Amino acid sequence: MNVWYTLVDLLPFSWAEPGSMFFMKNALLAVLVISPLFGLMSTMVVENNMSFFSDALGHSAFTGLAIGAICGLTDATWPAVLLAVTFALLFTLVEQKSDMASDTVIGVFSATAVALGIFVSTLDGRSFTKFNTLLIGDILSVSPEKIGILAVILALICLLWLLRMNQMTLSAVHPALADSRGVNLTSQRAIFNVTVAVVVTLSMTWVGLLVINSLLVLPGAAARNIARNMRQYFLFSLLGAVVCGIGGLMLSFYIGSSTGASITLLLAVWFFVTFAFRGRRR
Amino acid sequence: MRKLKHISVNPEDCAGSCCLKVDHLSVTLGSDEILKDVCFHLHCGELIALIGPNGAGKSSLFKSILGQMPHSGTITFHTARGAKLKPRIGYVPQSPSFDPGDPVSVLDLFVCSISGWPVWLPIPKKLRQQVLECLSRVHGEDLIDKRVGMLSGGELQRVLLAMALEPLPQILILDEPFSGVDMEGERQLFALLDEVRTKYDLSILLCTHDFNTLSSMDKVLLLQKQLLKSGTPAEVLDSREFKELFSVTDGKGGGAR
Repeated sequence: MNVWYTLVDLLPFSWAEPGSMFFMKNALLAVLVISPLFGLMSTMVVENNMSFFSDALGHSAFTGLAIGAICGLTDATWPAVLLAVTFALLFTLVEQKSDMASDTVIGVFSATAVALGIFVSTLDGRSFTKFNTLLIGDILSVSPEKIGILAVILALICLLWLLRMNQMTLSAVHPALADSRGVNLTSQRAIFNVTVAVVVTLSMTWVGLLVINSLLVLPGAAARNIARNMRQYFLFSLLGAVVCGIGGLMLSFYIGSSTGASITLLLAVWFFVTFAFRGRRR
Repeated sequence: MRKLKHISVNPEDCAGSCCLKVDHLSVTLGSDEILKDVCFHLHCGELIALIGPNGAGKSSLFKSILGQMPHSGTITFHTARGAKLKPRIGYVPQSPSFDPGDPVSVLDLFVCSISGWPVWLPIPKKLRQQVLECLSRVHGEDLIDKRVGMLSGGELQRVLLAMALEPLPQILILDEPFSGVDMEGERQLFALLDEVRTKYDLSILLCTHDFNTLSSMDKVLLLQKQLLKSGTPAEVLDSREFKELFSVTDGKGGGAR
C-alpha cells in the first residue's frame, strides 16, 4: 500500500497531498480494481442476455448479508458469497430443467431473495436503516485488505476468461453449434453464473445494490454499440468501465454525491454517446 | 472442447466405395418409439436428403449418427479397403437468427470453435491465415471480418459449412441448410455442396422441408418413425407413401423446424 500512496502523492489533486485523505486513495485503488472486473464481466453478461439475472443475484447477496448481520456476524461477506453461489447454481438447475422463460424463473428467484432479505432484517421490529449502505454502497470506506481480495478475484477472472472465453462466447452466440463442437452448455452456464455471483456479492458493499447491476450491464452494452469484433468489444467495455469509474469517483469527491451513482451516470452518458454512433460501423 | 485431428482424405483411396451403414436403427425415449428399424447406406460422394414431417425422427437419426443419442441397431463406417473406423463427421446445425448488433465476427466464431486462442486477445496472423484457408473452401474469404448478425442466410450457411469442413470430415450432415436462404443463396449452396463432395469425396446427408431442392439429390429417404420409402427423387416424390404423408401438391409441406 505504501508504494501506492507514494504514487498517488504525485498526482496534482487536493486530496493527493502526502499523509492525508487515505480513504480517497484507497477508494481510487479499489475503483482501479473493480472497474476492469466489471468491464470484463459486462461483455459476457450482455452477450448472454443476463442483465436481469445479475440483478437478481444482487438481491440474493443482500439477503445473505442481512442474514449474516442478524446472526451477529460483524463481517457477513463469506456467508453471503456462499448463499449467492447456491442461488446461482439452483437457478442454473431450474432454468435447465424447466421450460419456463428464463425471465420468469429469474423473477421468481429475485422476488423470493429480496423478500427473504427484508423479512429477516426487519424481524422483531428492527430498523432497516443500517442496511442503507448496502443499497447505496460506500467505496470511501473500503479497506486495503478488501482491495486485496478484489485484486485476487480480478486475477482469477482474467485466468478464467483466458481458459473459458471461447466456449462461453460460442455457447452464447450459437448454442447448437457449441453443442456440436463438444461444449457442455450446462457447465458453461453454471461456471459463469457462479462467477457473477461471487463478483456481485464481494463488490456490493462498496458499489451498492442499486447501482451494481448498471455496472454489469452498461460497459458491455455501450461497447456493443460500436464494436466490430470481440477484441473491440472487450477493449471498449474495459476502457469505458475504467474511465467512467475514475471519473465517477472524482465527480463524487468534488460535488459530494454517491460514488456508485456517479459512476453509473457517467456510464449512462457513455452509453448514449456510443448509441448515437452505432450506425457508423459496417 | 473435443479435439479432432485433421487427416487429409485421399480420393484414390476411396472413390465411391467407402460407406456408412445404418442397420436396424431404433431409438426409444421412455415409452415413445422415435425411430424404428431404419436401414440405409450412405456412400462417399453421395448426396442424400432426408424428408419427413415434424417429429418424424430426423433429428434423432442425426444425433444417433453423431453418437449423441443412445440407440439400438448398428451404425458402422467402412473405408474402401474394408477397414472399419470411426468416421469424422462435420455437422452444420440449424441456425438461430443472430442479433444484428452482435459484435461477433466470422473470424471470432472460427477462433472460438477451432482454436484454443482466447478470442478477446489480438489474434495471431497464423490463426487468421488458417481461418482464411477454411473460408476459401466455401469461397467466403471476404466474409472474415463481417459480423455474424450482418450475414445473409446463404452466407451464414457457407460460414457454418466451412466450419464443419475443418477438420475435413468423411461425412457431412446438414440440418435444414436451406431454411432462411433465398433462391440465389440456395443455388450457390448447392453448387458448393456439389463441389466439396467431389473435391473431398465426402458423403452428405441433409434434411429439408424444401421439396424443390430434391431433384438435385442422389437419393431421398422418406422418414416417419420408420423408413417409408427410399430411392431416387422421382421415385419418392411419385410414391403413394409420399402423397399420403404430404397431402399437398404445391411442392412444399410440413412446417419449417
